[in-house]
Amino acid sequence: MKLITLISDLMMPLVIVYILAFGYSRRIDVYEAFIEGAKEGFTTVFDIMPTLIGLMMSVGILRASGALEMMIRLVEPLADRLGFPAEALPLTLMRLVSSSASTGILLDIFDTYGPDSFIGRFVSVMMSCTETVLYTMSVYFMSVRITKTRYTLAGALVANAAGIISALVISRYIWG
Amino acid sequence: MCENMLNYIWGAIIFIGIAAAAFNGRLAEVTNGAISSAKEAVELGITMLGIMSMWTGIMKVGEKAGLIRSLSKKLMPFLSRLFPDVPREHKAMEHISANVIANILGLGWAATPAGIAAMKELQTLNAHKERASRAMCMFLIFNMSSLQLISINIIAYRSQYGSAAPSEIIGPGIVTTLVSTLAGVLFAKMAEVVK
Repeated sequence: MKLITLISDLMMPLVIVYILAFGYSRRIDVYEAFIEGAKEGFTTVFDIMPTLIGLMMSVGILRASGALEMMIRLVEPLADRLGFPAEALPLTLMRLVSSSASTGILLDIFDTYGPDSFIGRFVSVMMSCTETVLYTMSVYFMSVRITKTRYTLAGALVANAAGIISALVISRYIWG
Repeated sequence: MCENMLNYIWGAIIFIGIAAAAFNGRLAEVTNGAISSAKEAVELGITMLGIMSMWTGIMKVGEKAGLIRSLSKKLMPFLSRLFPDVPREHKAMEHISANVIANILGLGWAATPAGIAAMKELQTLNAHKERASRAMCMFLIFNMSSLQLISINIIAYRSQYGSAAPSEIIGPGIVTTLVSTLAGVLFAKMAEVVK
């Protein structure tokens, strides 16, 4: 557990030092490259702002309507039996379908319970070890016109299920 | 099943929300919810402008210095074990490793083109053109098992919502990412034997 905390603290500084040192060793203009990249990031975020507004608005409506609570109450008995936090179930399912819609629900959880609550920490870890399976799969297979995808979906779901379960286990272990 | 899906998801969320609000007698709250969420989105966007730009700036330094190429080479011996059907010097391996490294570093925009190039090269080795080869299944399962080491966007969101330690999820995130990737690879290897 100490090791995991240490990794959390050290990772960003290490990556930054490593990449900058790598850049200087290859004699590129590091600062200029940084500015260029920052500009790209700036434009990207700026471009996704309308999407963000649209999604947060729809999730905001859903939250205010009480529909999420109804859904959570509905799945609670099942989730409780599995030892899974019911509040995180809608997000977990949406995660596999749409990356942006799941971001909207994630932010709603942060807003309602706080990012440092158990549920907030668990969904943070869960989001970092899962992927949008359906979208990714269709993009890649469509690019080469493959229709028989065999065990790809099963494998991707197994990997993501393993990620979700281990996120729950590790969150319980660290944050109770 | 494509990007267009959001077209329907978005509408469905709103319709379900408004129907549920009418049912629960909370239509006034819905109006407030929509307005305050739209405002919240812009506040979040401003936080993200700072954090994401910082991170893409750092990553650009790596990209310009040839970090993806250099790390790809180091990854080759490991990757060639995952794809025994693909000759080591084949172009597909180059694209696969570029895609994997870009994913690990969280460079989505560099990952997707490399991934599609990898699929096209794998298709040239594929005997049945409409059916996924073993290498394709392994590549996509590996890819979709989540490889990104630092989820900078999650850190940005946590920071915006007032977390005392936004980056405390990096360590657990790395451990669980390894678990999910391992599970995916094991499953794919087992499926290869069975089929």
